Amino acid sequence: MLPGLNCTFDRLPGPMPVFRARLTRKSWKSAASLVRSLGGRLVSQWGSDRRPVDGQFAVHAAYATGSGLAWLTLELSDSLRVYPGIDDVFPQAARMQRATADLLGLVPEEHHDPRPWLRHEAWPADYHPLLSERSGQEVFEATSELYPFVPVEGDGVHEIAVGPVHAGIIEPGHFRFSVVGEKVLRLEERLGYTHKGIEKRFEGQDPLEAARLAARVSGDSTVAFGWGYAMAVESAADCTVPVRAQWLRALALERERVANHLGDLGALGNDAGFAFGLAQFSRLKEDWLRLNSRVFDHRYAMDWVIPGGVRDDVGEAMLEQISRQCVLVEREVARLRSIYDEHAGVQDRFSGAGRITPELAVRLGLAGLAGRASGRANDLRSDFRFAPYDTLQPACAASSAGDVAARVAVRFDETLESLRLIRETAARLQSATEGPIHQAPQIREAATCGMGWVEGWRGEVLVALELDPAGRIRRCHCHDPSWQNWPLLEHAVIGNIVPDFPLINKSFNLTYSGQDL
Amino acid sequence: MWAIVRQIVRAGVVSEPPPEAETGWRTDVQWIQSEILRILGRALAIRHVDAGSCNGCELEIQALNNPYYNIEGLGIRFVASPRHADLLLVTGPVSRHMRIALERTYEATPEPRLVVAVGDCGCTGGVFGESYASCGRVANVIPVDVMVPGCPPAPIQLLKGILAAVNQRVPASISTRPESLGF
Repeated sequence: MLPGLNCTFDRLPGPMPVFRARLTRKSWKSAASLVRSLGGRLVSQWGSDRRPVDGQFAVHAAYATGSGLAWLTLELSDSLRVYPGIDDVFPQAARMQRATADLLGLVPEEHHDPRPWLRHEAWPADYHPLLSERSGQEVFEATSELYPFVPVEGDGVHEIAVGPVHAGIIEPGHFRFSVVGEKVLRLEERLGYTHKGIEKRFEGQDPLEAARLAARVSGDSTVAFGWGYAMAVESAADCTVPVRAQWLRALALERERVANHLGDLGALGNDAGFAFGLAQFSRLKEDWLRLNSRVFDHRYAMDWVIPGGVRDDVGEAMLEQISRQCVLVEREVARLRSIYDEHAGVQDRFSGAGRITPELAVRLGLAGLAGRASGRANDLRSDFRFAPYDTLQPACAASSAGDVAARVAVRFDETLESLRLIRETAARLQSATEGPIHQAPQIREAATCGMGWVEGWRGEVLVALELDPAGRIRRCHCHDPSWQNWPLLEHAVIGNIVPDFPLINKSFNLTYSGQDL
Repeated sequence: MWAIVRQIVRAGVVSEPPPEAETGWRTDVQWIQSEILRILGRALAIRHVDAGSCNGCELEIQALNNPYYNIEGLGIRFVASPRHADLLLVTGPVSRHMRIALERTYEATPEPRLVVAVGDCGCTGGVFGESYASCGRVANVIPVDVMVPGCPPAPIQLLKGILAAVNQRVPASISTRPESLGF
């Protein structure tokens, strides 16, 4: 793991290769450069207040390389709350560093963008909710504060301000377009509207009970975060999940992937003026959700993955129905794909819209399915083959065109592949003798930290957990790949026309809640 | 084109046929449709506001638009501006950052405006509760007519909640308005 770095790595228990090390201030930045030179990526950056334990603050970075995940920690003394920023090596760190400044008051030495990110006017700049002396229950009078957007000037340039309340049934955020005529010169996002204090809420909770909160970081990725969180708790408790539960989790995760792709493929058709697509795909999605509610007793399988395993088993008859549904949906999706492919109007809107070139994708760290549509072939399921993906051997979808059409193609490929995985999983579960589906994690005194890392439908979600000596949560950091991809959306729309923004936006379909926390 | 027509015919009309079972959801839907017409005498325009939810409720609100529920066929549609809306469908908890936006949206909605708070978080603050960042339930910020619990509530629950709101305020002004405004 990261040869040449002067530190010792400890492997954390768990199905994923996660290694943890402490770094010195001097090596913090060289670690980032080393990861970069090895072709690795920044998965997340966050901070924590460890003063009640050892009188220090800490800044953390999680890097993915070919051999696994490196969880690096830099300890900061109480008196020096600055650290070397890594945003000049990994530009995607910029917003994460701004968030760390808002939540903890820890700032990079060269703070390139000192504007707040998650904090708006609801609390003052010197209030940092994640400090241990803050209860999180403080309430302040809202003030009026001007957020300086980057101005674009020139002949005929004007601004279009959109949000936070959007025209459709979507989450709130603010988009500031600078346009000439129809053409977008620049888009600047302002997020943080749905910040509801999730990370503070985790503090002091029982790790088993807090699974409910983790499952509500982003509703459309409830299984991914549920599994990621469960993996973090299991890693902290060094508990092994029963084999049958691993298969059942994969069943839920792949069904979540298919549900989201079906919904988005329909919405993408609709945004290209092809209402037929929405009607067809939303019908398939509803069928899918109705079966979910019978299999998981919930249309989105919320709270079904729990630390230690899953809540319920899935019976023979239900597995049979799942397989049957996969065959039907596969046939319909293939048919609809050929209709999309052959529809000149749809293809005209899809092709070339919102392009992210592979070079830009590498430079700015485009993640997940959008990354796979721009030549970045990373998928935790095929890269690290954690159980049961070692048996399932999923294929990693790939394209390098980087436009809406490519993201649509990747979604079609992943839908069809997931349908295969679900059928295979159902067959395995049917043939296997029934076994335990839950093994309660025992949080021992020595348990201090754990990491969960799962390929959700958008991309890799990460959950970093730190426990206090009493076995309660001291810090739980949840990271959605939307952190990486929101800045790329700003790039994707440059040079496109304003009416194509909804289409481009939907092709990424990023989470607001999962980013704002 | 031929493939499209064939697919449409193959898929058929999935908006479920009149019920044999008394408790089937289609029964509810037909009842809702007749109630809306009886009470409002016209279509119902809804503005959705996400005031800080996890987006789970949004998935179910979007599902209302699929062919199974066929809500446009019932005379319910989602509109892009609060100024066009009769009813606000608000998901929560209300984050402190969305408080002003929600208040302004409410102010922009013409009277008599109805508010339906959606989901456990909209009803009580849910797992997020009240904090430096969250105002908790929707009713802490704007007046609420009906609360629809669930995490998230299924589409049919949402429909029932919407109808309950319409039903609850059968203000004389609504039933007499068409004539008085010369519709």
